[in-house]
Amino acid sequence: MNPGLKKRFGNAERLRELGLLLFILVLGAVIQVRNPAFLRVSNLMSLFTNTSILAILAVGMMMVLLTRGIDLSIGATIAFTGMVTAMTVARFPQMPPALAIAQGTAIGTVIGMIIGVLVAKFDVLPIIATLGMMNIVRGMTFVVSGGRWVSSHQMPNSFKAIATGRTFGLNNLIVIAIAVYIVAFYFMNHTRTGRRIYAVGSNPSAAEVSGIPRRRLIFLVYTIMGGLAGLAGVLWVARFASAQGDTAMGYELQVIAACILGGVSILGGVGKISGLILGTILFGILANALPLVDVSPFWQLGIQGVTVLVAVMANAMVLRNTERSALRRRAI
Amino acid sequence: MKRGIVLALIVIMAVAPIVTVFARGAQEAGAQRHAFIFKNTGNPYGDKQMEGFADGIRAQGFEAILRAPDQPTAEAQIQIIEQLIAQRVASISVTGNDFDALQPVLTRARNQGIAVLSADSAVNPASRITHINQADSEMIGRTLIQAAYDMAGGSGDIAILSATSTASNQNLWIEWMQKELAENASKYANLNLVRIAYGDDLRDKSVSETEGLLQSFPNLRVIIAPTTVGIAAAGRVITDRGLIGQVKVTGLGLPSEMAEYIENGATPYMFLWNPIDVGYLTAYAAVAAVEGRLTGAVGETFSAGRLGDFEVVQAGDGGTEVLLGAPFRFDPSNIAEWKTVY
Repeated sequence: MNPGLKKRFGNAERLRELGLLLFILVLGAVIQVRNPAFLRVSNLMSLFTNTSILAILAVGMMMVLLTRGIDLSIGATIAFTGMVTAMTVARFPQMPPALAIAQGTAIGTVIGMIIGVLVAKFDVLPIIATLGMMNIVRGMTFVVSGGRWVSSHQMPNSFKAIATGRTFGLNNLIVIAIAVYIVAFYFMNHTRTGRRIYAVGSNPSAAEVSGIPRRRLIFLVYTIMGGLAGLAGVLWVARFASAQGDTAMGYELQVIAACILGGVSILGGVGKISGLILGTILFGILANALPLVDVSPFWQLGIQGVTVLVAVMANAMVLRNTERSALRRRAI
Repeated sequence: MKRGIVLALIVIMAVAPIVTVFARGAQEAGAQRHAFIFKNTGNPYGDKQMEGFADGIRAQGFEAILRAPDQPTAEAQIQIIEQLIAQRVASISVTGNDFDALQPVLTRARNQGIAVLSADSAVNPASRITHINQADSEMIGRTLIQAAYDMAGGSGDIAILSATSTASNQNLWIEWMQKELAENASKYANLNLVRIAYGDDLRDKSVSETEGLLQSFPNLRVIIAPTTVGIAAAGRVITDRGLIGQVKVTGLGLPSEMAEYIENGATPYMFLWNPIDVGYLTAYAAVAAVEGRLTGAVGETFSAGRLGDFEVVQAGDGGTEVLLGAPFRFDPSNIAEWKTVY
């Protein structure tokens, strides 16, 4: 990519993010007019708290999407790690919460590694590998739990406090999400491995020719995704104080949608942490603020769907215009 | 070889009636046996139902047979029913794993003179004498509004947090809630049903919807959630936000899911059916059916021990049913006992 083109692309992305920000502000203004409770601090805090699990997952999903992959198994991973962790803390109530988080993350990481091996080593298409794992892990959730739920009264308060406690005045979930974003921002933008993930997605054969360990990186992104899904599973169960077999069924699609809203291309190679933040915030508003406006439940789903479509179309149009003008410049 | 088979057949044909006669003799000498088949084993809710059935049968001086397959499938129940037909039980009460699939085997049982009933989860009207159902929709709807009235102290905003907007049982209950409000307009004059929200039986969505209700309606006093995911999510939000006492949550929920919120006061009380009583009522209906006092016609009545008298009514599926009655109330006085049950 020559510097001019790169700059153009950079501009396009900035333009897109600006557009997204504008859209969020307009949407926020509309909701605020309809219901003055929207911008109240307590409401914004609960909006961010409810969105933080989605935001954490979106980071992993962005890495996977960057490599032209997809991960449909994360909903099942959330359910499984959540269930196992809930059963563990129900059995051993003295277990420190940090250990519970570590356990869930570790289990998720192992599931991610299995997917990584399937995709990177055996060249199974990501959609197939993760669809298969989705069913296996979901089935395992029912097997380990025997179909039973773990309820709030079985979980120790220290465990539930993971999601209700505060650090620096912010809900723990928000703090954890911010920490994940800081680490991810540094990793994606300032480490060689992070930059190479972009290279693998934007041009796999060129990446391989130039000596980038493509397979190892693909293994890595699924492992990270699994680990984050495991973390999210623990947070989910702590937040809702209940673990059941069908937890987070279909949640992966929401995460993918949030990524797309944030400007991550499912064709790989394109996506930034800054865009991801805007995308998840927009998704959080759609999910958490629409109940504030008295919208019929049928419309709620419709509005979510239309927003995703508009965002993707705008993305495609902006990109096409930039490419065209870049080509025109090159011709001159 | 061929002669051997023929010989064997003759022997079997000769012996079979004798064996049957003996079996019948043994049967008549012993107590009448009544069988109950639940959906599957290892289900605490089903265990309680079977316990209630056994109590009811024993209270009448008969013998109860409790069976449940490993897997909740119709095939597995068919096998069990065939065994029970061979054992010549007096009645079979089944919690159907399938509405229609059990019809052939149950028809065979009825042709053999066995009384067949369904309990909790119905089999089709052609297969059964009658169906023993949990609480009826009207009573659930009315009871929940009365509970909200009680918890709100007679005035304030109330909201409903349902499952999906298309769930037929939820919508029926909500319809009855609205009817209760409309029919007693003077009693509920100060109680405003401000919104019906839908949490889709998803944890995250139910939490968001609950928070939306709290933000939108500062005078909200009671949230009625006739679904276990919704009521637990609402209980969770109220607990997290320190609103216990200000906003009360009631509805229908599993005692295990709701134990914490009933114990901490977020939910003063809530309702669900009592599986023991469903089983107990079934036991009395089964014996009445065997003794010819119950044929499944609308308007028939029979008495069910400690539960009192019951009447057969028309069911929504074209058959008839017996309704257990008002939903069972769970509150701090009994939740400790029930939270481990189901």
